[in-house]
Amino acid sequence: MNDLNQMFFQECDDLLEQLSSGLNDLEAGAGDEETVNSMFRAVHSMKGGAGAFGLDQLVSFAHAFENVLDDIRSQRLVVGDNVVNLLLTASDHLADLVEAASQGTELPSEQGASILSDLKHISNAANGTSGDEQETVEEVDEADFQPTFLAIDGDLPSLDDMAAPESDAPVTIRFKASQQLFANGHDPAILFRSLETLGKLEVEADLSALTPLRDGPWSEPALSWTLTFTADDSVDEAAIREVFEFVEGLCELEISAAETGPGGLPPLPAPSDIQLRPDAMAKDTVTAAAVAQPADDAPAPNQSEAVAPANSGPPAASRPASSRTSTIRVDLDRVDRLINLVGELVIAEAMLRQSMDEMPSSANSGVDEAMSQLKTLSGAIQESVMAIRAQPVRSLFQRMSRIVRETAREAGKSARLVTVGDATEVDKTVTERLVEPLTHMIRNAIDHGLETPEARRAAGKDERGTVTLEASHRSGRVVILIKDDGAGINREKVRQIAIEKGLIRPEDDLGDSDIDNLLFRPGFSTAGEISNLSGRGVGMDVVRNEIQSLGGRVSLQSMPGRGTSVTVSLPLTLAVLEGMVVKIADQSLIVPTLPLREMLQPGQAKVHTLCDGDSVLALNGEMVPIRDLGTALGFRSTPVSLGNQSLLLIEGDSGHRYALAVDGIAEQREVVIKGLEQNYQKIPGIAAATILGDGKIALIVDTDQMIVPPGQGGWVDRAWPDATGDFHHA
Amino acid sequence: MHDTQTGSRTANRVEIVCFTVEDQDFSIEISHVLEIRGWTSTTTLPHAPDFVVGMMNLRGTVLPVVDLSLRLGFGKTEPGKRHVIIIAQIDHKIIGFLVDAVSDIITVDEAEMQATPDVSSSRTQAFIRGVHSLDDKLVRAIDVREVLPREAPLSA
Repeated sequence: MNDLNQMFFQECDDLLEQLSSGLNDLEAGAGDEETVNSMFRAVHSMKGGAGAFGLDQLVSFAHAFENVLDDIRSQRLVVGDNVVNLLLTASDHLADLVEAASQGTELPSEQGASILSDLKHISNAANGTSGDEQETVEEVDEADFQPTFLAIDGDLPSLDDMAAPESDAPVTIRFKASQQLFANGHDPAILFRSLETLGKLEVEADLSALTPLRDGPWSEPALSWTLTFTADDSVDEAAIREVFEFVEGLCELEISAAETGPGGLPPLPAPSDIQLRPDAMAKDTVTAAAVAQPADDAPAPNQSEAVAPANSGPPAASRPASSRTSTIRVDLDRVDRLINLVGELVIAEAMLRQSMDEMPSSANSGVDEAMSQLKTLSGAIQESVMAIRAQPVRSLFQRMSRIVRETAREAGKSARLVTVGDATEVDKTVTERLVEPLTHMIRNAIDHGLETPEARRAAGKDERGTVTLEASHRSGRVVILIKDDGAGINREKVRQIAIEKGLIRPEDDLGDSDIDNLLFRPGFSTAGEISNLSGRGVGMDVVRNEIQSLGGRVSLQSMPGRGTSVTVSLPLTLAVLEGMVVKIADQSLIVPTLPLREMLQPGQAKVHTLCDGDSVLALNGEMVPIRDLGTALGFRSTPVSLGNQSLLLIEGDSGHRYALAVDGIAEQREVVIKGLEQNYQKIPGIAAATILGDGKIALIVDTDQMIVPPGQGGWVDRAWPDATGDFHHA
Repeated sequence: MHDTQTGSRTANRVEIVCFTVEDQDFSIEISHVLEIRGWTSTTTLPHAPDFVVGMMNLRGTVLPVVDLSLRLGFGKTEPGKRHVIIIAQIDHKIIGFLVDAVSDIITVDEAEMQATPDVSSSRTQAFIRGVHSLDDKLVRAIDVREVLPREAPLSA
């Protein structure tokens, strides 16, 4: 039961995502018939599942929601902005209800009551008298709606039919559930009830196949039902089929029109007779094709006139073939274990290669060949294992659209979210850990970035602000852009506050980007009064820390009056890193390749020594400070002569450059990242560790922590993190 | 009477791994010990306390090695081929202890452990849980949690 419960909630997550993605399409005006259908299915499935678990609150809300969606797909309701907004709010509330249900609680009934009544109102209006209908259309009209035409299956009713809407002829539906239908938790009664909402229904159960209990086996369901269904024209066979959509393949279903009355036109698009059977499921297209022609393999007892004439479109084929790929759910721990093992495999392979290279060069080309094959294979395995954890950022972005709505409401602003590239795949851990920083940045963008509607109008902008979330892959990394079209950072104000906070001195001459980067300084996040600042800054240091702990970088660009954008660049996976193996004091260390701009061999570099052992590198007219890695990490107390050292030009997140002096550069390679914190603790200046081909551990340098941070005296302050990882300023 | 005593004894019996550091006998509960390995070279850690020898690679797991001699206030160990690393799991951390040699695995009665003698050294008080008399030897039970390197208070 518990498992079943859990499965339901997992399914709900998927369904909510489906719903939300449909809503986004609808909001963007890109929704078609199938969009609405899939949204309807999502809500309907949730309702069904919730019903099975007795989650009444969820059921009743989903029901009202479903009705509105049904109105839309049957064109009784025109989709306008106000409808989309209501649906968005409703989907948020639905998510809340699911969340509450998964915690075993219910939401207070007053919460969402207004949404529920809005939903009911709108669907009542759509289904009401023609006068009411007129009203709805007008109401929608005002709100600058984009009409979305939703075609219903089959031919449109002819004028004759319109004149006589009550010319309904009963449809006979024969339904027999398979064992699997019950095993999957469906209930015929729920299906019938749902059918009943479309028209008049008479149900008759066929008990003839029932066997006395003692005769067994009782696992085969024996009941079948004959339903006589009467509805007006708007309900065609496709609509009936849709009710049974979720049990497709789990039952035998026959739909046939009864004899039509004399003179009356058949109100339904010419019905066909199909049998959906479990074995036909796999060949969806085959089934669909079979519908178009007389179903020769359907041993229906009362086939008579039910054979489909060719002129009616095959109902099943009118639905686009589902492009759903099949997936399985796997415990994340198992995947992690697999990833670790593959990491070991790659290391073992490298170790083997190394010891082979050390062997006297034998004429053993066979082994050589096998080795390179092994390398290719282990590389391919590693890649596909990593791909298991990869996930499109879509769900993450969809979560953000809710944040946008809520923050805009709180801040009394009007904002919409535009997402670009939401199919971009990122490691699951990365998406999970991005939720918080993204939330933070989006809140910032709306609260501080966007102006009030009045101010926007005055500035000649659209009253409604736009927040754009954009994901893309760029040279082996994921780049996520959070952009607003607000007022941009008020640099003068930021500067003022930095001076007040003692972060800079009044006489410091900082460039625009230097000022913008002040927002990442810890001092900026603590003070309450800054939240009224029309720039940014609340908690940006927290955001930066979080992104950095993912191996990512954040930078910020702002254009006065045009808006601000924050760029987050992240590694695709947290497990592997491209690095340069360097030597320092008999130790091998790894310097990540990412911030590396240039490498200078001994003698190549123009080095000037300032006082106190400080040196700078003259590079294209720029003076770049030099840091000796050996002394920085405490491996030696005094720097060795720079003349024999190689220099690595590093560019940090904030754009500041420095040269890292090392004893030698060995090779570039991909390394598997091993955290130090699990068994030990954080080490200042070190990001993580890895295992080299010889089985030895090499530490991975945290290049950002090697940067001399800006202090009171501009960018020349010497500071070094102490054991706590904090920077101390002189 | 005698019987019940034996009964309660078995309940409190623990297996300990005895080892030597600077010719002194110490012990650690076997439940903490994952395995015992010969010395392999480690990678030096920057900004680490002196008793943390470095990081070692145990089949893909990166773990710190503590020089128990230095930690307990004896001299610094110059590790060589004869030295031994006891791999121990404490809570969720895996850590290596560099010791001179592992001598024995014995079963002792927890109740027979004597409190650490009232000596002045705070290090003794902190690191030694108690002592067992074994024949003519005195085996000092290590408090594994205390000898671990202290977690540096990290700013978030």
